[in-house]
Amino acid sequence: MRSTVNKTEPIDFSQSPKVDKVGVEERVARFQTRSLKGASKLQGLKLALNMIDLTTLEGKDTPNKVRQMCYKAEHLHDSHPGLPTVAAVCVYPSMVKVARESLRNPEVKIASVSTAFPSGQADLNIKLTDTKLALDNGADEIDMVISRGKFLSGEYNFVFDEIAAIKEACGKSRLKVILETGELVTLDNVRKASDIAIYAGADFIKTSTGKIQPAATMQVTYTMLMAIKDYYDKTGIMIGMKPAGGISNAKLALHNLVMVNETLGGKWLTNEWFRFGASSLANDVLMQIVKQETGIYQSTDYFSID
Amino acid sequence: MSRLEIIKTYKIYIGGAFPRTESGRYYVPLNKKGEPLGNVCLCSKKDAKNAVVAARKAFGSWSERAAFNRSQILYRIAEMLEGRKAQFVEELVLQGSTQKAAQQEVEASIDRVVYYAGWCDKVSQVTGSVNPVTSSHFNFSVYQPMGVIGIIADQSTSLIGLISQVIPVIASGNTVVVLAAENLPLCAVTFAEVINSSDVPGGVVNILTGKPDEPASVLGTHMDVNAIVLGSDSKELNASLRKSSALNLKRVIEMQTDWSKADAQGLYQITDCMELKTTWHPVENIGGSTSSY
Repeated sequence: MRSTVNKTEPIDFSQSPKVDKVGVEERVARFQTRSLKGASKLQGLKLALNMIDLTTLEGKDTPNKVRQMCYKAEHLHDSHPGLPTVAAVCVYPSMVKVARESLRNPEVKIASVSTAFPSGQADLNIKLTDTKLALDNGADEIDMVISRGKFLSGEYNFVFDEIAAIKEACGKSRLKVILETGELVTLDNVRKASDIAIYAGADFIKTSTGKIQPAATMQVTYTMLMAIKDYYDKTGIMIGMKPAGGISNAKLALHNLVMVNETLGGKWLTNEWFRFGASSLANDVLMQIVKQETGIYQSTDYFSID
Repeated sequence: MSRLEIIKTYKIYIGGAFPRTESGRYYVPLNKKGEPLGNVCLCSKKDAKNAVVAARKAFGSWSERAAFNRSQILYRIAEMLEGRKAQFVEELVLQGSTQKAAQQEVEASIDRVVYYAGWCDKVSQVTGSVNPVTSSHFNFSVYQPMGVIGIIADQSTSLIGLISQVIPVIASGNTVVVLAAENLPLCAVTFAEVINSSDVPGGVVNILTGKPDEPASVLGTHMDVNAIVLGSDSKELNASLRKSSALNLKRVIEMQTDWSKADAQGLYQITDCMELKTTWHPVENIGGSTSSY
């Protein structure tokens, strides 16, 4: 965990490394050709399951919806013993209290979005209050959004200071910074925003809110992983990664794990450093695990509703 | 210089697209004269799995469509078949039929599609019922589609068996994965092209070719397949499918007959792949003399 904000040297974020889009696409295509079979596939699937932030972020969320999801987080598929839990549940600040009351297992963390999620169009004071509310209600982790409008108009210092202020408010709770890459348009911008977030004190960088398409494409995730790698090579400090949105099947999740392993190395392959933000991924991974262990293709009819 | 004829590649049909088998394998079925019929995909278990996924995806909207609309779409299949009659006749002749028998088979097939098109929006009126019960309930039963149906097509015909087994099953709103006749596969692939140009949404009908045993084993055990139609007369295959179907208690339906006969069609072919749902709706005694209904 990073407890201090790294502000020792002034950095010119307009000088972030440029991203070779064609190169990224080719590299990413390679990851998708890796074939995981048998025991390694099973291990990969269980790891992916344990990295999921089970998410519900809808205007129509009700306390019972959140209770049901928390139950699912701890009891993924009870008829199949030996399964891990997910890493965390991810909810709106107003639902954190309900989640805190529902969860029994300390292994399952509570992540709360904040800072006027998903648009981030609010004053800093409101964002700080939003964050404080989530933390006071018992959130373990905060998922904040950056001000994309400010970023796109070149006000990088504004974005940096805002992240630093929220990080300060988080204290010892881990902070994930959502770049909303679908609105950043280019991979160069994704790289720049990643650098800003990392230097401003993010513990995790996260691709998307899940409200904007495209979300966590492998190209975007790879660009962000490279930012993490460069920072790690320079400082020795590890930053976590959370692709969110659009990863809805086990195959895609495994491709992501392969990419993390080949970019950052095995050290990142725990839910302390890598997460999937997803609502429907868990069931597909569960079905694949049962298929892998029994040899029989499964049906959603026999798994809990997302 | 004489023109070199372009030989058709017989591909499979999954989710509205025509891929080759993922296995990359093919086989060359021969007719009675020993002439090759073509290079035909030898489908694998994974093809069957992919087809089930496509069929499941298509089930929701196909089953929720108005029955009348399904009827229109089935009729459209007949129209498209009519337009490609000559091609089907030619393929049947190549596969060993006489010209006359081929002509008859294609015409009977088209008529059969029209027959089932007519049934789509009539099945529930004819088979549904309001049931007398001793409590104050409006109690009614209606047939509903089962879901994804695996069909091992009749292995002794190329077209009429396939049509007679597939059309009644999709008429009610099911989606299907069909394993075509191993030695007479040509019409199945051409039929897929007809389906593709008949307003039938992708995934409703999925057609695989090759030796049925291998993909059939997936259909038998797959938890997401709701019923299996045994259209082949292979005792071994049918026995193994009955056994594997026990896993999720999927229905096993035998559909074997002489499909060329005029009476090899009927309402029961449709209801065989449907489930009866009974609803108890609390009301006063609707049959009583004081009832306001």
